[in-house]
Amino acid sequence: MEKEEYLELFRQMLLIRMVEDQASVLYQQGKIGGFLHLYIGQEAVSTGLISARQEQDRVITAYRDHGVAINCGIPAKVVLSELLGKVTGCSQGRGGSMHMADISKNFWGGHAIVGAHLPIAAGLALGDRYQGKDSVTICMFGDGATNIGYFHEAVNLSKVWNLSVLWVCENNLYGMGTAVDRASAVSHIRQKAEGYMIPNSRVDGMDVLKVREATQKAIGMVRSNKTPYFLEIETYRFRGHSMGDPERYRTSEEVKCWQEEEDPIGIYYKYLVENTIASKEELDGLEKSVEFEVQEAVQYAKSSPEPRAEDLYTNIYVEAG
Amino acid sequence: MPRITMREAISQALWEEMERDPSVFILGEEVGVWGGSYAVTKGFYDHFGPERVKDTPIAEAAIIGAAIGAALTGLRPIAEIMTINFAFSAFDHIINEAAKFHYMFAGQMMVPMVIRTVSGGGRQLAATHSQTPDAIFAHFPGLKVVAPGTPEDAKGLLKSAIRCDDPVLFIESATLYQLRGEVSEGDNLIPIGKSKIQRPGKDVTIVTYSKMLDTSIKAADLLAQEGIEAEIVDLRTLRPLDMGPVLESFKKTNRAVVAEEGWRSYGVGAEVVARIYEEAFDYVDAPIQRVAQKEVPLPYNRTMEQLALPQIEDVLKAVREVL
Repeated sequence: MEKEEYLELFRQMLLIRMVEDQASVLYQQGKIGGFLHLYIGQEAVSTGLISARQEQDRVITAYRDHGVAINCGIPAKVVLSELLGKVTGCSQGRGGSMHMADISKNFWGGHAIVGAHLPIAAGLALGDRYQGKDSVTICMFGDGATNIGYFHEAVNLSKVWNLSVLWVCENNLYGMGTAVDRASAVSHIRQKAEGYMIPNSRVDGMDVLKVREATQKAIGMVRSNKTPYFLEIETYRFRGHSMGDPERYRTSEEVKCWQEEEDPIGIYYKYLVENTIASKEELDGLEKSVEFEVQEAVQYAKSSPEPRAEDLYTNIYVEAG
Repeated sequence: MPRITMREAISQALWEEMERDPSVFILGEEVGVWGGSYAVTKGFYDHFGPERVKDTPIAEAAIIGAAIGAALTGLRPIAEIMTINFAFSAFDHIINEAAKFHYMFAGQMMVPMVIRTVSGGGRQLAATHSQTPDAIFAHFPGLKVVAPGTPEDAKGLLKSAIRCDDPVLFIESATLYQLRGEVSEGDNLIPIGKSKIQRPGKDVTIVTYSKMLDTSIKAADLLAQEGIEAEIVDLRTLRPLDMGPVLESFKKTNRAVVAEEGWRSYGVGAEVVARIYEEAFDYVDAPIQRVAQKEVPLPYNRTMEQLALPQIEDVLKAVREVL
């Protein structure tokens, strides 16, 4: 891997972290409405994953989607604009935090009904197969989504039809406030793939390079074998499920322990310095430039126009009746 | 024009559209090898092959979800849900996904898919397999809901639905597949969202659709023997609802009956009647009557089931009430 690529992974993780920090502030200021699910702590997952895709590979995820949007190439200012409900947002203020998408970047959303996007992911892969395309659909979801029927219908279908889907379970140990072992018959989610005869593996999601490497292998298998693959990525969210989370289900010691010992950005920073891939000065400089970018992005979002009232009815249908 | 059955008309529309456009394909339970549980896709599997006539597991969310995904890639899937009662298992995908993406993602995504399904009772399938929940689906902006009552309309509307860039729920009636009617040959597209006067008259307006169109026509024939000329407006599409011909007819007759197979509460009749009162109150000469299914889960017993379903006599009684 070239040095620029190493640094790009670092930059993307930092960008997500800083955008999310700003989102948290904007939420507390009442500038962001609805629910806000932050990706802080999980940055290495989508950064590693999406760095391993090719341009034709589709990405679809659940509602914790800001980081994924950034990794797919949606600019921070566009993500923040969507959070502020502005017309310059990727969904023009229609979708908000949970419903971001940019199909020109092969990012297919941002889906807020738990598990509902899994059958859709199977359909994206079906469409590509039908049209003889060589793409892989990367479908991300949380551990909580693997207990709902949609998961099983979709994963089964992908195997029955041999669809090119990379199923990616981000296991952050809690579905909202319910620990995995209180909700799932198996706590290693990859075991669920065994029941469908889908090859699978489990990887440390706090190490961006491990995620990237595991994804490269998995995508390669999906593309060459034309069969699904199941990747479980172990991770942890440092913040609540959403902004209104009292966090009674875990101790502050537990969270602190993860933040201090398993911070994906800290781990990667150390790796880059220890392996003399980049100097501390370089990384700190990069941090400054990302900080500046995010400040600019916040200003851009704040000063962007609201959607126009006369557009309330546009795009209900493609063909108005 | 040849006289063919509803089943043949629907089958022809599917066949012709699949021949015309390679991006059209069918998926659903027993659509392929079996030939369709109502035999609508008989012969399709052998002609078009397993990639275009895809048998699925019994998994409605997967069927609709996969159709949505395929539609997002630019294909035109036709998903068959064996009966509308099973669509509840895919309700989330129909409502929260298919009907929302175009708007919620600001026009980026299109979901050009058709969901074909079968509604209605009268076949002694009891409470879980006999419902007419059409109005529920028509509640949501973003979804189009079509429910034809004649073979001609079924063929022309299905073709339009397949070519439409929006998600369309295409509701067929369980007891109309043998209904015969004249059907134009060739590409006779009928636009979605247009009501139609199926029988002209001057004394009373009967607003109806799907199965109850046939019932209403039979009632109108009997009324004609008494010298009462009923005008029948067939909605054909429940969303978007075209009130134009309804209001035009009502302003002429000043009296109306709305007949549907589903339950009265919160139903199609409730919507149509409210709109008539909102838009043509000055023309009302008598309280508008609704004909609908009795408010019970449909029983299995044949006599009991028929007692609960709206009959010709119910339409006659309602018409006499408004005259």
